[in-house]
Amino acid sequence: MSEALRHAGYVLGENPLTAAAFALFTFLVLCAVLGPGLVPYDPLASDTARALSPPSAAHWFGTDQLGRDIFSRIVVATRLDLGIAVTAVALAFAIGTLSGLAAGYFGGWTDRIIGRIVDTIMAFPLFVLAMGIVAALGNTLANIVYATAIINLPIYARLARTEANVRREAGFVEAARLCGNSEARIVLAQLLPNVMPLMMVQVSLTLGYAILNAAGLSFIGLGVRPPTAEWGIMVAEGASFIVSGEWWAALFPGLFLMAAVFCFNLMGDGLRDIVDPRMRT
Amino acid sequence: MIAAIGCVDRRAAPLLAVEDLSIEFRTRSGTVRALDRVGFALGRGETMALVGESGSGKSVTAYAIIGILDAAARITSGSITFGGLHMLAASPAVLDEVRGREVAIIFQSPRTALNPIRPVGRQIADVLLRHGNVTAAQAPGLAIEMLARVRIPDPKRRAAAYPFELSGGMCQRVMIAMALACEPALLIADEPTTGLDITTQAVIMDLIAELAAAHGMATLLITHDLALAAEYCSRIAVMHAGQVVEIAPTSRLFDRPRHPYTEKLIAATPAHTLSLNELAAIPGGLPDLRRDDLPACRFSTRCERRENGCLAPPLPRRALDDGGLIACRYPL
Amino acid sequence: MVLRRLATALPSIAGVIVVTFLLTRALPGDPAAYFAGVAATQQAIEEIRHLMGFDRSLLVQFFDYLRQLARGDLGTSISTGQPVAQELLTRLPASAELTFSALFLALTIAVPLGVAAARRPGSWVDHACRIVTTAGVSLPVFFTGLLLVYLLYYLAGWAPAPLGRLDVFNSPPTNWTGFYLIDSLIAGDLAAFHATAAQLALPAATMAIFALAPLARITRGSMLAALGSDFVRTARANGLSRRRIVYVYAFRNAVLPVITTLGMVFSFMLGANVLVEKVFAWPGIGSYAIEALIASDYAPVQGFVLTMALLYVLLNLLIDLLYGLVDPRVRIAA
Repeated sequence: MSEALRHAGYVLGENPLTAAAFALFTFLVLCAVLGPGLVPYDPLASDTARALSPPSAAHWFGTDQLGRDIFSRIVVATRLDLGIAVTAVALAFAIGTLSGLAAGYFGGWTDRIIGRIVDTIMAFPLFVLAMGIVAALGNTLANIVYATAIINLPIYARLARTEANVRREAGFVEAARLCGNSEARIVLAQLLPNVMPLMMVQVSLTLGYAILNAAGLSFIGLGVRPPTAEWGIMVAEGASFIVSGEWWAALFPGLFLMAAVFCFNLMGDGLRDIVDPRMRT
Repeated sequence: MIAAIGCVDRRAAPLLAVEDLSIEFRTRSGTVRALDRVGFALGRGETMALVGESGSGKSVTAYAIIGILDAAARITSGSITFGGLHMLAASPAVLDEVRGREVAIIFQSPRTALNPIRPVGRQIADVLLRHGNVTAAQAPGLAIEMLARVRIPDPKRRAAAYPFELSGGMCQRVMIAMALACEPALLIADEPTTGLDITTQAVIMDLIAELAAAHGMATLLITHDLALAAEYCSRIAVMHAGQVVEIAPTSRLFDRPRHPYTEKLIAATPAHTLSLNELAAIPGGLPDLRRDDLPACRFSTRCERRENGCLAPPLPRRALDDGGLIACRYPL
Repeated sequence: MVLRRLATALPSIAGVIVVTFLLTRALPGDPAAYFAGVAATQQAIEEIRHLMGFDRSLLVQFFDYLRQLARGDLGTSISTGQPVAQELLTRLPASAELTFSALFLALTIAVPLGVAAARRPGSWVDHACRIVTTAGVSLPVFFTGLLLVYLLYYLAGWAPAPLGRLDVFNSPPTNWTGFYLIDSLIAGDLAAFHATAAQLALPAATMAIFALAPLARITRGSMLAALGSDFVRTARANGLSRRRIVYVYAFRNAVLPVITTLGMVFSFMLGANVLVEKVFAWPGIGSYAIEALIASDYAPVQGFVLTMALLYVLLNLLIDLLYGLVDPRVRIAA
């Protein structure tokens, strides 16, 4: 464990950008956890007299069209956006990895059915499928999470399937089988830990994609409804004012969105360097 | 055929002279001192082999001669003279003229060494168009001729084929055809038969030998197979860990090797008269070339005849009467 | 060979149809009520239920659905009263023009950038390429669009107002392809051509920035691999000219993985299309679906999803065919 940490430290030291990404990630998590308690204004409190005022000492990021403090709303939105992304990715990871492992390990009909499901999901342009799912299941927050989870499933399934396929005949698997371990136990206790490093890299990258997806859906009016504070919907609300020059309503939530995605992508790249330097592009 | 630019003089004696060549590679894990003052000479029409274990620096030497070293390579000393031309000091433009025309190289794994999505005939034509005085209309026909000369059956049809449609042996013939297209003065063959089956190996080597003799072309054979070197080359240079340890005419090398490593190498080479348990393995492994404290003789750590004097520089290199070389303080 | 490729696309098409069918029947609560609209009376709902076959078994419904699709019937929009299929068809060229312009723009920047970065590792071009690649995947496409509008329309005044395909002063050219750029050239109407291009510039640039990242990354990666390959080493050893080595030997090989990646790029672009159409009020199928969503009008949304998916399958098929033509290893083995 300490060896792994030391190696991680070395890679971070070599690559200041990755270290910065980890720092940013910590900041975002803090915002999500502690933010709502520390913000200067109530994110839902409107003050129409001060609608659309530019950034100032009182309102660091200005106010939106209902006079709400944008800074407070952005910080509070961190919890929602990260929450949606983490839940969706956790679901995608759990279901995708397990079904992928099963497909690669057992082969046969398991492989064929799971393969068919995964292929069908990938036959759609993913964002469009998410739109369709949310439209079909109903315009709620939970459905955004499910839709995002579904469209990110295939990546994990395919990755896990390949790994399981490769390791199916490996020595340690044979040994476990000979010891009388049940198939399920082999999959969970032997295969899963071996694919974890690669999966972790993928989780980080998918988190970024999930945030973009959720924000995109909210931008077009799906899932999150006013007056909830969420980055995508805030950009949508601020969008109409860009043409008249009130840039802060859309810019700041957008920047936070960008920063979060950027941070997860860099972390993913950094994790990849730690886990398997051969995969560097 | 004297080169049009006149930079390479084939009558120069010797044709190829490598002197005191030292090369380093910068890598993530340190600086690898790949070659240490390598030197040998090759005359016009001569056949010579560079023999050694993998990692001994044979390919690095070959790539240095033809000038296709990696960007991470640094030449820290020495010179390479080819036909009177100083290769290491020449401009890239001059080198591009010389490569493929006066000196050519064939690689191992011929199929990957050919462009997978270009018909082989066109690849040969590319070389002809680059170096020969041929027109675009003549090149394809000449390419087919070259294929015939390396004895590929049905050359006209094969010229339109892609490498994946040809066997390993045929791909190697294509490589030979490309290399010989402009009748170079020197052919470097880097492990040309590794990866081919035994019968094909013999056929390919015979082909090279025949074509070399027909054109008065010098051959530098890079191989780990001492027996192969013995069969096709008149002189052998033995390399170990980036150093040339001995150079000798083939017959004398086997009769009376003077370097301990050469003796071990001969003992480790399978001959049909020896049984497997009479094969002696060479103890130890190659030293780590990234170390700062390498001994003057890099074989000393594996040598039973080692004395204290072997560790301190300089490594003595003595020329012998028969044109050979011995790099050992206490030779056999 | 074409037929064989088509055959591999059939399972995808089948899957798409089944999924879109399930989506139409997956609505929580009473599907008939959804399709009848919020203002419908109970009787209207019952009529819709009978009309749309919700009172029959799922399997029968599925065959009805197939029959409707075969007829090209995608239902009717409640808000506009028009058949969905017709609306989609009319609006499709707008989306297509946007997407293909963006792809063209992205390719003309990404490919040379990737090649240059691979040829000079560690140079400023390489760093620029890295920045484009990393930043590009992080930029939310709708945000980029808004930024461009703010910078180039509001601040700089270079771009026209983001109000659709043409400004008020020009009328659309006679309809040949539905692509205003092409139609205006056919009609010889240069004013319309300029106006179209001006309106198209910002939205296409937004989508192009989005597609740049994966394209530049794959080009750089595969070019690096090609330049480091054994056959390029052979070409160098034979003294071939730099031009020939880079373009004929390395680049032609490097292009192959780029073509394969186009499929994934299209998946992203078709999704991004929807967002960009909203930002720029582009009258394509994306904004059609968004408007329908807001009005809780479900038939257009499902028609949209089905159309986009089928388009995507078709595009992937074309990419497959293209690759099969370009790579002799596939062409000859077939």
